[in-house]
Amino acid sequence: MLAFTLRRAIQAIGVMIAVGVIAFSMFRFAGDPVNQIVSLDTPAAEREAVRKSLGLDDPVPVQFVRYFTNAVQFKFGVSYQFRQPVSNLLMERMPATLELAACATVLAMVFGILMGVYSALRRDTILTKFFQAVSLIGISLPTFLIGILLIYLFSVTLGWLPSFGRGDVVRIGWWTTGLLTLSGLKALIMPSITLGLFQMTLIMRLVRAEMLEVLRTDYIRFARARGLTTRAIHFGHALKNTLVPVITVAGLQFGSVIAFAIITETVFQWPGMGLLFVQAVQNVDIPIMAAYLLMVSLIFVTINLVVDILYTIVDPRLRSTISRPA
Amino acid sequence: MTAPVLSVRNLEVEFLTRRSTLRAINGVSFDIAKGEVLGVVGESGAGKSVTGLAVIGLIDPPGRIAGGEIYLSGTRIDHLPTEEIRRIRGKRIGMIFQDPLTSLNPLYRVGDQIVETIRTHMNLSETAARKRAIDLLAEVGIPAPEKRIDAYPHEFSGGMRQRVVIALAICAEPELIIADEPTTALDVSVQAQIISLIKRLGRDHGTAVMLVTHDMGVIAETSDRVAVMYSGRIAEIGPVQDVVQNPLHPYAKGLMGAIPTLAGEEKRLVQIPGSMPRLSAIPPGCSFNPRCAFAFDRCRVERPEPLKQGSHAVACHLYDPAPNETAKESAA
Repeated sequence: MLAFTLRRAIQAIGVMIAVGVIAFSMFRFAGDPVNQIVSLDTPAAEREAVRKSLGLDDPVPVQFVRYFTNAVQFKFGVSYQFRQPVSNLLMERMPATLELAACATVLAMVFGILMGVYSALRRDTILTKFFQAVSLIGISLPTFLIGILLIYLFSVTLGWLPSFGRGDVVRIGWWTTGLLTLSGLKALIMPSITLGLFQMTLIMRLVRAEMLEVLRTDYIRFARARGLTTRAIHFGHALKNTLVPVITVAGLQFGSVIAFAIITETVFQWPGMGLLFVQAVQNVDIPIMAAYLLMVSLIFVTINLVVDILYTIVDPRLRSTISRPA
Repeated sequence: MTAPVLSVRNLEVEFLTRRSTLRAINGVSFDIAKGEVLGVVGESGAGKSVTGLAVIGLIDPPGRIAGGEIYLSGTRIDHLPTEEIRRIRGKRIGMIFQDPLTSLNPLYRVGDQIVETIRTHMNLSETAARKRAIDLLAEVGIPAPEKRIDAYPHEFSGGMRQRVVIALAICAEPELIIADEPTTALDVSVQAQIISLIKRLGRDHGTAVMLVTHDMGVIAETSDRVAVMYSGRIAEIGPVQDVVQNPLHPYAKGLMGAIPTLAGEEKRLVQIPGSMPRLSAIPPGCSFNPRCAFAFDRCRVERPEPLKQGSHAVACHLYDPAPNETAKESAA
């Protein structure tokens, strides 16, 4: 088990180094960084001085090693547009994105699993058909359109919810949270729905399909022949077996929720990392883009690792194949 | 004499399809006494498994019990509400399925599955149920049960898993065990062990056993009586020695003739021509008539009812001493 976790962790580090190379090479492909920093009429001698002070005249491998050792310590350089350390900017924005992503994922998981289980157990009810229709909408409508429709309905027409921003936030250490104020919670509702709807429908469809599959298996038939209650069969035996693949998908989806947050954050002007990234792209602010790339990959890789470990906790068969490596 | 443990009367099971209603079981009647093993044989699709599932109330839509009665120790059980038949399943009727590899939930320890079943049916504490589970595993011949109880199904071999399945089937002291092809998925050497285990358990606990299989060897070894099924009906039923050595029904004769023997002269095995009719195209009269060498006109119009012939009961017009007059006329 420990060996397995270690092996996976080493693989994860390998992935991060590869991403680091890509992030670093962005600096070289998007023009001369010195031009981004100095103004147009700076004399050449001064440019050279800046280049030297930033170490940009060193050989590329040296620069890469320097960039990477800094990145490991969460030092991503200074943003071109804000003239502030990128890590400060990211830290400031990260709570907003993580809160939004977590909310959307919880929403998607809870409703996705509930709706999926219901529609698998009661196959022909009107509610099931309604869920199917909702899931079709969730799968096919693009995120930004759902966001705009929600804003039009609940902010413009009804005036119930704020159309942009995070509302009032409370600061706990370096973390800012909108979960403790009423306006913060109100502001969270629509972005979470927008961001989570696609994942919810995905999870619902997955749970439904898996559950139907599991209900047809021999061990469920045998459980019925043993006279177990319907509840024990559906929620003890069938659901646990259904959740094995759902864990993987939900875990990986959490990563793409953070990635998709770019669009949702733009629509709702949500002050998170995604919005920061979009602004960085518009202003060719490469340190932020590179750092964002590294952060998102780090989150993805971490989630993958956690999912792998969770998997072995749920499914004993994997545990024994892991402890006896081939 | 007390009532038989299981008594099935004129059982009919239908499957509703979009085009028509298929009758999988058509007027099946038999009894199983306390401690008796009834073997049920027949080709695939003869209705053996469906009969077992009907008894335990696990015929799922679009199938349904269309007629007849099923009595368990004198109480009628075929029309009970779902919740009541659920209480009987596992408690008064234990069931063993064909494939032990897929019968157990892979995510739960075998002990948890046994304890769960025990506590569903018996008023026992967690510790008492666990104690009982260990005893049961010991009884079905699993070595070091106090250790193996915490193992997962994938940590057992096929034969050992079938023993766990049997422990699950007997965990609440049922009156009847329905074993649906319990040895088909196992190695021959393991088959013999499982068969003797089922036989021993039936004897020790006085449990009635309905053993569904297509393996005549298993039947001959285990059963007290045997029912030969063909196309949703019982063709012949009687004590196992008599039916194996002296079958009466032409189909049973064909079936017994198809068993290879080690002793005796070498001869070609008998083959029954043709194959069993599909449920959608069962011929009128005796459903065996197109394949029967002795069929005469009456067989093509009139369905034979089981007739007492010594220790057997056989559904064949050949053994009808007083042929029905109208049938004779139509035959003429």
